[in-house]
Amino acid sequence: MVVGSIAAVGAGLAAVGAGIGIGKIGGSALESVARQPEAASKIQTMMLIAAAFVEAVALFAVVVSFLGNNPTA
Amino acid sequence: MHFSHIFKSRINVLSVAFALFLAFFSLNAAAQALPDTTVKAENHTKIVAEEAKEKKFDITAYILHHIADSHGFHMWGEGENSVSISLPIILWTDNGLVTFMSGDFHHDSEGKHVVEKNGQRFVNHHEKIYYASATANEHGEFVEVGAKHKVANLAPLDFSITKNVFTLIFSGVILVILFVNVARSYAKRKGKSPKGFQSLIEPVILFIRDDIAIPNLGAKHEAYMPYLLTIFFFIWFNNILGMVPFFPGGANLTGNINLTFVLAVLTYIITTVKANKHYWKHIFWMPGVPVPMKIFLAPLEFLGTLTKPVALMIRLFANITAGHILVLALLCLIFVFKSIFIAPVSVVFVVFISMIELLVGFIQAFIFTVLTALFIGLAVQEHGEH
Repeated sequence: MVVGSIAAVGAGLAAVGAGIGIGKIGGSALESVARQPEAASKIQTMMLIAAAFVEAVALFAVVVSFLGNNPTA
Repeated sequence: MHFSHIFKSRINVLSVAFALFLAFFSLNAAAQALPDTTVKAENHTKIVAEEAKEKKFDITAYILHHIADSHGFHMWGEGENSVSISLPIILWTDNGLVTFMSGDFHHDSEGKHVVEKNGQRFVNHHEKIYYASATANEHGEFVEVGAKHKVANLAPLDFSITKNVFTLIFSGVILVILFVNVARSYAKRKGKSPKGFQSLIEPVILFIRDDIAIPNLGAKHEAYMPYLLTIFFFIWFNNILGMVPFFPGGANLTGNINLTFVLAVLTYIITTVKANKHYWKHIFWMPGVPVPMKIFLAPLEFLGTLTKPVALMIRLFANITAGHILVLALLCLIFVFKSIFIAPVSVVFVVFISMIELLVGFIQAFIFTVLTALFIGLAVQEHGEH
């Protein structure tokens, strides 16, 4: 029997979104480093910041899932 | 080794502070729990029966218990045999101020142990202090648990020094000591090369000034540097302190939404108070658009000013809480699979995630500071710059 809640599905969907976002950021960063290796450190910093923003959005969703996953309700 | 005297004096200060702390908050061992078992004896059989039922390991409860605030620093051990540092409980009740140490609850957070002070009876039910009921319910708890697990008992106003409050004070004191020292050595060694802790911290301060404050605030950055530096080092220090698994650390302070709420409110107040008239004009009477659009945009733009600090608040809270949950969930794998062979895998994953969390701790402190600088910059910049 499958045990779980809709909140878990929500968290999974958030992970999909964050995966696409971080994948795009990482891919573009790699491309630009390959094109301009001397700018690697700057690109890396900006990549990390952008990744943190994307991750934060996914974590908002996780928090909402947590709130929705109220076992006492 | 001409730096040695500096390190020595700092270690002295720290050890004195630590000794004072231990003297103030008595270490409360399990041996104390021997007398006054009258109340417990009645409920003991019930408790045993209940515990047998709860043998199955509940990950969610375990994790939520660990990231939540509590009335004491748990050190090691389980239930009655655990060792923890008691913290003072300060309550404002109907009959005035009541204080006692959290050790008086004997590690109970299920509402099963009643503490009597000033003729009033208190219980600790899931780290909330309630007025105890006259008799215990069928689970041996001195609280009335109604539908949806709502506790019907009245609660006094709780001003206790909890784990998070203690960590807040502790990190505040440490940061003040460190940075007053650094500031003093800047004053004393003007024009000379930095020394000791100063040389460790100087690149970070310069990084905040050159990469955060100046690009966002321009010529006005001087006035906001103290605030930016304070929130950056406060968040960073507490993120790292949260990753320390034993005593002075371990509290999930930056993963507490109340604390991030206060930080976001501070940013909001500074932004709102320091905003110039162009900023307000862009919110309530957007130039360059037709009048119906101006009316339509005003509430939206005003909401926009509120969502910025809310996003700041949730971003820091969610990132740090998620990190703690991840570490604990990976550790829980050992207990879920009930196998010692899963332990090496789990521990390696935990070390890996902890490394990432150290990075995230820095990045989140950085992003909070960057966004604060950006919001203040938007509010104070002169018209025509954009």
